[in-house]
Amino acid sequence: MAERTIIPFGPQHPVLPEPLHLDLVLEDERVVEAIPQIGFIHRGLEKLVAKKDFQQFVLVAERICGICAFGHSLGYSETVEALMGIEVPRRAEYLRVIWHELSRIHSHLLWLGLLADAFGYENLFMQCWRLREYVLDIFEATTGGRVILTACKVGGVEQDIEDGELAGIVRVLDGMRAEYGELLRTFLKDRSVKSRLVGVGHLTKEQAHEFACVGPFGRASGIEEDIRLFGFGAYGDLSNFEPVVSQDGDGYARSEVRAREILQSIDIIKELVEKIPAGPIDQKIKDVPAEGAYAVSRLEQPRGECFYFAKGNGTKFLERFRIRTPTSQNIAGMVHTLQGCDLADVPLNVLTIDPCISCTER
Amino acid sequence: MGSFHLAKMSLRNAFKKPATKMYPVVAPTFTSRSKGHVANDIENCIFCGLCQRRCPTHAISVNKDETSWAIDRFSCIQCLSCVRICPKKCLSMAPQYTLPATEKSTETFYKPEQAAMSPVNTERPE
Repeated sequence: MAERTIIPFGPQHPVLPEPLHLDLVLEDERVVEAIPQIGFIHRGLEKLVAKKDFQQFVLVAERICGICAFGHSLGYSETVEALMGIEVPRRAEYLRVIWHELSRIHSHLLWLGLLADAFGYENLFMQCWRLREYVLDIFEATTGGRVILTACKVGGVEQDIEDGELAGIVRVLDGMRAEYGELLRTFLKDRSVKSRLVGVGHLTKEQAHEFACVGPFGRASGIEEDIRLFGFGAYGDLSNFEPVVSQDGDGYARSEVRAREILQSIDIIKELVEKIPAGPIDQKIKDVPAEGAYAVSRLEQPRGECFYFAKGNGTKFLERFRIRTPTSQNIAGMVHTLQGCDLADVPLNVLTIDPCISCTER
Repeated sequence: MGSFHLAKMSLRNAFKKPATKMYPVVAPTFTSRSKGHVANDIENCIFCGLCQRRCPTHAISVNKDETSWAIDRFSCIQCLSCVRICPKKCLSMAPQYTLPATEKSTETFYKPEQAAMSPVNTERPE
C-alpha cells in the first residue's frame, strides 16, 4: 500500500474562485478522501435583519453573492411577499424573470469561462467572458448597475424596462446567440475539451439522489428537477418548459447542461418579451410582517434550488431570515466525485459544482 | 468530434479591434441609468431629511438649521433610495464615479446664500 499524504488545497488557490479549503488524503497521485472546510468569509448577513427594516434588507440580500445578486433579491422579495400576502403586478413578475434569466446567462457564461481556464483553454475563457459583457451591458442600460442591480424590491420592481429597450435586449441576445453557437460547438465537440472532461468526476443518478444534488450538477446526473417547472411568477406563462438534463453525470455533462441552459434562457426571455403585459410595476406596502407569521419560498438560482425562510415579529424588522443555498447541497456530491480521482482533476471536479462559498456562508 | 472549432473565431478576432477599451485614453461610456455618485441640486433642496432617514448605510446627514446637506461618499452604496424618495427631485444619480482619496471624508453642500459665510467643509464632523 502506498504511503498516505495529506495535501491542504485552498482556501487561496489559483483555480478556486472562492475560498473553499480541502484536505486531500492522497495515495501517490490518487485522492482517497477529501475533507472540505468552509467558514472563511462568513459575514453574518442573515443577522442583519435585526438592523435593517424588511424593505431595506433587500439591498443586503442582494449583496449575499456577486453572481446571483439579482436572484437573492428576488428570492428575498418573494418570501416577504408570501409572508405579507402581497400580490405583485404581472408586469413586475415578467421583468423579474427577464432579469433573473439574464443573470443566469451571465453566471453560466462566467462559469464556462472559468472551466475553460481550469483546463487551460485560455482563448475559450476570454471568448466566454467577452460574450458575458453583452449581458452586463444590458444590466447597466436597464438598471444602472452591472453586478448589483438594485432592481427588485418587496412588492414589485424599482424600474420599468420600456418596450423599445426590451426589443433591444432581444436584438442583442439574437446577435449573441450566433456567436455563442461557435463556443457551444467548441464545448460540446472539440477533441481537446472532450479529452479533458469526459468521464471526469462521475456521479450516478442514484448517488446524486442520495446526496440531494440540485441544479445543473444534479441535472447532469439525470435528476429532472428544476424549480422553474413549478411555474412561480411569470414562469407559469411559458408555453413549454423542459429542464435541460443529461444522463452521463461527468464533467462533460455538467458543462453541456449549463451550456444548453444559456440557449434555453435566451428563449425564455424572448417569449416573455413577446407576452409582457402593460401595467403598474409595483405595489404600495403599508403593513409590516405580522407577529409569528412565517413563509418559505424556493427559487431556481443559476447554481440550483435556493430555499428561503422568513419570519415576522409584528415590527418593521424581521424576526429571522434564513437561506439554504445550492452550493451547501452540492458539496456532499462534490466530495464524492473527488474520491478516487487524480490530483490533477481536483480543480476541475471542484469547479463543476460551480461553488459559491460566499452564498453558502453569507 | 474534431479539433480547432474555435479557430475561425480566433482568426476573426485577430484582425478586429480589441473588445476592451483602452482606458484612460478612451473615455468610458455611460448609459442614462449608470450609477456613479449622488448629486444634489442644493438650490432646490428643502432639507426635509427624508433621504437621511431612508439611507440604508447612514451616509447622508441633513442639517436644517445650517441648511447643509452632507454625504459620506465612502459609505454610499448607490442604491438610489434617496433619489427615489426626494420630494423636490433635487437628488439625482450622476454617471461618473467620484475620485479616489487617501482618507475618508464627507462632502458637504450649503445653500448658496450661506456659502459665502461657511466654506465647504470636507472634514468628517466630530
